[in-house]
Amino acid sequence: MNWITNYVRPKINSMLGRRDMPDNLWIKDPESGEMVFHKDLESNQWVIPASGHHMKIAAKERLRFFFDGGKYDLIENPKVALDPLKFRDEKRYTDRLKDAKSKTGMEDAIVSGLGSIEGLPIVATVQDFAFMGGSLGMAAGEAIIRAFETALEKKRPLVLFAASGGARMQEGILSLMQLPRTTVGVDRLKEAGLPYIVVLTNPTTGGVTASYAMLGDVHIAEPGALIGFAGPRVIEQTIREKLPEGFQRAEYLMEHGMVDMVVSRLELKATIARLLKILMKASEPAAIEPEILPPAKVKAEKRPGA
Amino acid sequence: MYNYLDFEKPVADLEGKIIELKKLAESGEAVDVGDEIARLEKRSQEALQDAYRSLTPWQKVQVARHPDRPHCVDYVAELFTDFTPLAGDRAFGEDAALVGGFARFKGESIAILGQEKGSDTKTRLKHNFGSVRPEGYRKAVRIMEMADRFGIPLVTLVDTAGAYPGVGAEERGQAEAIASSTSACLALKVPSVSVVLGEGGSGGAIAIATANRVYMLEHAIYSVISPEGAASILWRDTTRSKDAATNMRITARDLLDLKIIDGIIPEPLGGAHRGREKIIKDTGDQIEKAFKELAASNRDFREQRREKFLAMGRHL
Repeated sequence: MNWITNYVRPKINSMLGRRDMPDNLWIKDPESGEMVFHKDLESNQWVIPASGHHMKIAAKERLRFFFDGGKYDLIENPKVALDPLKFRDEKRYTDRLKDAKSKTGMEDAIVSGLGSIEGLPIVATVQDFAFMGGSLGMAAGEAIIRAFETALEKKRPLVLFAASGGARMQEGILSLMQLPRTTVGVDRLKEAGLPYIVVLTNPTTGGVTASYAMLGDVHIAEPGALIGFAGPRVIEQTIREKLPEGFQRAEYLMEHGMVDMVVSRLELKATIARLLKILMKASEPAAIEPEILPPAKVKAEKRPGA
Repeated sequence: MYNYLDFEKPVADLEGKIIELKKLAESGEAVDVGDEIARLEKRSQEALQDAYRSLTPWQKVQVARHPDRPHCVDYVAELFTDFTPLAGDRAFGEDAALVGGFARFKGESIAILGQEKGSDTKTRLKHNFGSVRPEGYRKAVRIMEMADRFGIPLVTLVDTAGAYPGVGAEERGQAEAIASSTSACLALKVPSVSVVLGEGGSGGAIAIATANRVYMLEHAIYSVISPEGAASILWRDTTRSKDAATNMRITARDLLDLKIIDGIIPEPLGGAHRGREKIIKDTGDQIEKAFKELAASNRDFREQRREKFLAMGRHL
């Protein structure tokens, strides 16, 4: 570092300008191939307006869209021992964590908040697939337990948005233990007579479905979401045949009795608020001002398994 | 004669020679081989000690999966009387990969759940190699609820490579079945004791292994994913299973150090299959001791179990 780098470089950068431009201004719809402007996607909660395809959405954005006025209080996630196994595969686990943190700006895969939906106070907790595939390790497990404890303490329902490839293998047996640990959280909430709603988003598999994500009072899936215990590749290797069309997709799970409904992201809030108010025996609200949200531009019909 | 593992080759050679000599002596082709046999037996015992002195995690994986290893039904037959197996989930079918029912243990009523791998081609197929389908876990829930209603303690014997990954299992809600079974374990008001006999394979194991006390046999393994699975996903190289077995820390010693399990049941020299009676008896003794300690603890078993699992990983 010297005065040249300190002083001259910003000028050059500003002349070139381009560096700071976002890379993906136009995003391709994986279904139709159509190019969609990122602002249009952002304002439509990352649901492609024409096809209704649900893209992944960041946890914080999800909470902002979900809570009234986009306002919520963040629940502080507990600190955990990092990398107790001193694990490494091709890379050190601590390096993978660092990468994920700098890529996402998150500490781990879970963000939880306290806020209201259509006036009803709730706790919502969101798993972000961008952080190491939303994998469930100690940090995520503790964060989920904390969210359940907060809901219990404040006597509020809990809405959990699941998105995960499963347990975080780099934490070995400690990640497996998050299955029973989070289940304790679920069980205690249920015993207190508080509703627990799971929203299964794309994808939710492995240890996450084998614990809290399949223990909801009500299971709602986003259209087209991949939901299952074993991943499709593992199953194909086991049975050595092609999997049926639409296998493990949200609509398929509904047909097989594993989810109660498949609901577009744009209608999630209204659906969940309506349901929770009934379950919580909250009085019917006076017509509240509709929230300033973009119009729901989504095809309601089922999409074929992608 | 046993099935030998690759690292047991010196033992296999020596034991082969002993058998040969014994045959020769029997047929009268060799005389005065008594000394030689005694010498070889001593050497083979030493070779066995050498091989088992410090098994690597990967060698433990092999011992845990040894085809001659005693399995769930062997323990059930020896440790319990009046065993009355129950069948079916009352919804879809019966799953023989998960053995369950009621019996007596040292005279007292007991509920039993366990995965059975089978011991020959016929029984392996019958028990689906110990890989449980949703029906099995739902039968487990049924038996746990019954045990709770009648105030009967639960023993679970864990030995599975993992829950079965198949189209039918997915269609019938494998994930939900496992989650509900874990939840049923946690909900029990009666005390529960679990022993990992061989393989504790991920969610398929935890579904019945969420107990007040959890023990592992000395060479058993317990893991979030098989070493082969981890090698293929994390290393993208299936030949790295040994590294995966080591780095994931899946041995009984590792799990005790991580405060995941409550104790280790030592195995006879050369693994459980070289001393079936002893390992089964020792396992029974450990189960009995655990129930006695639990009874003396004067605690709410459900609350104790919850707190025990919540505490895991918090003091590392």
